[in-house]
Amino acid sequence: MNIDNRKAVRYNRWGYIFLIPFVVTYLIFNLIPLFTTFYNSLFENYMSGLTQIGPRFVGLANYVTLLSGGELLTYAANTVIIWIMGFIPQILISLLLGAWFSDPSLRLKGTRFFKTVIYLPNLIMASAFSMLFFTLFSDGGPVNGLLMDLQILSGPYKFLSHVWSTRSLIAGMNLLMWFGNTTILLMAGMLGIDPALFEAAQVDGAKPRQIFFHVTLPLLRPILVYTLITSLIGGVQMFDVPQVLTNGSGNPVRSSMTLIMYLNKHLYNKNYGLGGALSVILFFCTAILSMMVFKLSESKE
Amino acid sequence: MNNKNTGMITGIRLRRIICYIVLTIISFLCLFWFYVLFINATRSHSQLTTQGFSAVPGQSLLQNWIHLAEGTIPIVRGMLNSLFVASCSAILCTYFSAMTAYAIHAYDFKYKKFIFTFILMVMMIPTQVNALGFIKLLDKLHMDNSYWGLILPSIAAPITFFYIKQYMESSLPISLVEAARIDGSGEFQTFNFIVMPLLKPALAVQAIFAFVGNWNNYFTPALILHDSNKKTLPILIAQLRGADFLKFDMGQVYVMIAFSIFPVILVYLLLSKHIVGGIALGGVKG
Amino acid sequence: MKRRLISILVTSVMATSLISACGSAGSTTIGDEATPRSATIADDGKVLNIYCWNEEFKSRITDHYADYEEVDATHGKIGDVSVVWNITPSDDNAYQNNLDATLQKQSEAAADDKVDIFLVEADYALKYVDTDYTVPVADLGITAGDVADQYQYTKDVVTDSNGNLKGLSWQGTPGVLFYNREAAREVLGTDDPDEVQQYVKDWDTFNQTAEKMVDAGYHMTSSVMDSYRVYSNNVTSKWVENGKINIDDNIMRWVEDSKKLYDMGATGTHALWSADWSTGFYPEGKVFCYFGPAWLINFCMAADTEGSIGYQGGWGAATGPQGFFWGGTWICAANGTDNGSLIKDIMLTMTTDESVLKDIVVKDDDFANNKNVMNEMASSSDYSSKILGGQNPLGMYCAGVESIDLSNLSSYDSGCNLDFQTAITNYFEGNATLDEALDLFYQACVERYPELSY
Repeated sequence: MNIDNRKAVRYNRWGYIFLIPFVVTYLIFNLIPLFTTFYNSLFENYMSGLTQIGPRFVGLANYVTLLSGGELLTYAANTVIIWIMGFIPQILISLLLGAWFSDPSLRLKGTRFFKTVIYLPNLIMASAFSMLFFTLFSDGGPVNGLLMDLQILSGPYKFLSHVWSTRSLIAGMNLLMWFGNTTILLMAGMLGIDPALFEAAQVDGAKPRQIFFHVTLPLLRPILVYTLITSLIGGVQMFDVPQVLTNGSGNPVRSSMTLIMYLNKHLYNKNYGLGGALSVILFFCTAILSMMVFKLSESKE
Repeated sequence: MNNKNTGMITGIRLRRIICYIVLTIISFLCLFWFYVLFINATRSHSQLTTQGFSAVPGQSLLQNWIHLAEGTIPIVRGMLNSLFVASCSAILCTYFSAMTAYAIHAYDFKYKKFIFTFILMVMMIPTQVNALGFIKLLDKLHMDNSYWGLILPSIAAPITFFYIKQYMESSLPISLVEAARIDGSGEFQTFNFIVMPLLKPALAVQAIFAFVGNWNNYFTPALILHDSNKKTLPILIAQLRGADFLKFDMGQVYVMIAFSIFPVILVYLLLSKHIVGGIALGGVKG
Repeated sequence: MKRRLISILVTSVMATSLISACGSAGSTTIGDEATPRSATIADDGKVLNIYCWNEEFKSRITDHYADYEEVDATHGKIGDVSVVWNITPSDDNAYQNNLDATLQKQSEAAADDKVDIFLVEADYALKYVDTDYTVPVADLGITAGDVADQYQYTKDVVTDSNGNLKGLSWQGTPGVLFYNREAAREVLGTDDPDEVQQYVKDWDTFNQTAEKMVDAGYHMTSSVMDSYRVYSNNVTSKWVENGKINIDDNIMRWVEDSKKLYDMGATGTHALWSADWSTGFYPEGKVFCYFGPAWLINFCMAADTEGSIGYQGGWGAATGPQGFFWGGTWICAANGTDNGSLIKDIMLTMTTDESVLKDIVVKDDDFANNKNVMNEMASSSDYSSKILGGQNPLGMYCAGVESIDLSNLSSYDSGCNLDFQTAITNYFEGNATLDEALDLFYQACVERYPELSY
């Protein structure tokens, strides 16, 4: 017994050894950069042409600049609006499809095909997808061409010159890219529900709609919340699609400028002070969100 | 009674028809863009600028491709670069994530709980927020403008770790590890030759996800790669959005997008069984 | 043959230095690292790295530099030296950012990776010319006499604050107005350059003609951006005055005129170079005119594509409402290059050799940077442009080049021009009021150049 225990302790040392690659890599490539980012946010430090300005310690001045402008709030609002515009239809469509796919009484054929098709856009390079939409929806592009051929439009509609059509395009792309993934997750959740519950409800004379709202949905709550939070975090990181679609400008009137696009602007212009401060603010936002996820997964266990 | 039964059956039939119609519309919306992409990649610039939409392919696919390949955007090189970076990252990511997951799953040590909690906490923090420090670090390590900075960090991939850890809980009994110990297998050996083969389904799915994630990555490579011969596909694609000289040939633009999208679709169709089945495998359990 | 000899010499020098096992291989250093103006030029390079933002210079070298052999799209050979083209599109300053990062590492880079030649545009030439990253052409052995026939303004653009000439160009870029002959015949009843000029001779007449074009189903210009350079080159103040962003009155006039044209449907808001902008190069695009210098014809107008207006020789050239210049490409030698004499030869061949310059004009419809050649060709009846329907536009360019005024250039021009166009588009399209759009411009400008205020 005693010997066994000692052996176990000796084995358990291997736990540390197996952790070394992860810990070392994380330390070097994530934690150290995180601290330098924090540190840099306290300095004025940028390139003017080919001349380096700073670094000069300025305390919290960068934060003041960022937070007093009010633009940050606008970009945060843009991010959230575009995210919601994609997320709500995404969750509705996914719930509907998930319910259909997992409904044994429907006996749908070809679900493998449909699942394969709806998951497909998720694997597409976001930048290429966005570039594709840019060319398809440009003034002289095929979508306008088609709409004009069908006599729906008399002249080209300038999709990228209107606030809501631009946002809709971005949200639409996000929707297309992610609803397949969500559908499959929700479907797995639905298939995991004990069939006896459905049978009992049916025996009690519940209609399919009632079963869906009163049995399926409440049982799906944890997985729905998981989808919500992961999607929200993905939303905060939204970058490739609007960046390529609007060529980094976030136009019209910067109404499609997301937080990470704004961060990228500063990093790209080598303004390390402001970029650092913005990173720190974003870090705290996502940290709060991830705390929520963590609390959620804790309470589940 | 009889009446009610037939009523239910026609009701189901009606619902089924609605399902098929909706599914067809949704599938159409998923595939339509790629169809247009394919069609337009086969049309010449003057057809594209003067004729708008077309449902039938043209004859200029080869011509467009030759123009693109002979042009100055190193597209083939970019694809090879992307392949290299994505493959290396996928291998490192899955292997070391499995190793980390194994450390937490199979051993009991003092800081286990702390480390597990820590990894869960940082899982959701986007890499973008420390990009600034990351660039500066690479500069100091002389890894700027090289692939090291893209490949090495894949070793620490919290999300992959989490997925494999979940999978281990359902399909890697500790008794198996103990049996191996009794047979005199070293810990490292056990991990490599007994545990890893058991994880195959999860590893395959995660390798594919890691590959696709790195293949599609735009933010970090765009900040650290400067040499046009080192650039990966997404950077070249984004350049296309702003490249003045290329836009005079929309045929080339479409061919280039097609070139970066269709190989992935092809691989996906071949592996779709594993991918679609694997998404929910270790993900969340209710 | 001569080059072969030199390279043998150079190789033997290198071999000796290798044998003597000295770390710093046989490079001749001119000047001293410690002195403020220090140029390091060596002559033993095996690789010539050229940084540029498009294919224009590459095709000029391929067509007109006899010793250049193409290997593939981004590689070539000149004698024993391999040439590497590093092309980064200039969009959103990507070219400059990339070049900056590379130049800053120039001193640590391996000899074969060092930048040897980079190209600059007038918009940001000063940014590089006024630093030690560029080498005075005198240090390469090019004398003032060699470039005496070049237009003075092309030398002013790349002269640093100490009076050193630091780059050379093969082209002059006075701009004219290119009009669609068919549209001119249909709407104005004539396609004769002198008569068409009467319809576009000043901005008021220009705008009246625009109304006629709209009535006939044509766009006057493809985009509001087309006329931007014509206004922005006739400013009386700089983009940045004493660290403050300054919008010149003439730029505001452009905004005013363009808004009117846009609102009456005479023009669009497409970004320059976009596919939508270039539809006017085809008859179906229904665009009356484009503003541009000579390089626009060769570089953009798709003249070798069947069905384009240029292919049918359907363009004409008129002086337009105001003189202007646009773009232009200058060749600079990078400090630290190891191909000094090769760069000298490229510069002299491409920018001073009269037969090469004539060839460029004839084959590429460009306007060459040599007074003698241009004046001679302008008055000769031997030269005519096919794309311009047999017209000889050189006289028009020659007149325009004299009036080019560079006194209001600043090193912020490229970013300011870009940000201004992007921001003000919101006003044209009705998404923002003028003040809101201007605020967007200031904001974008300060993000790009944090040292500025407004």
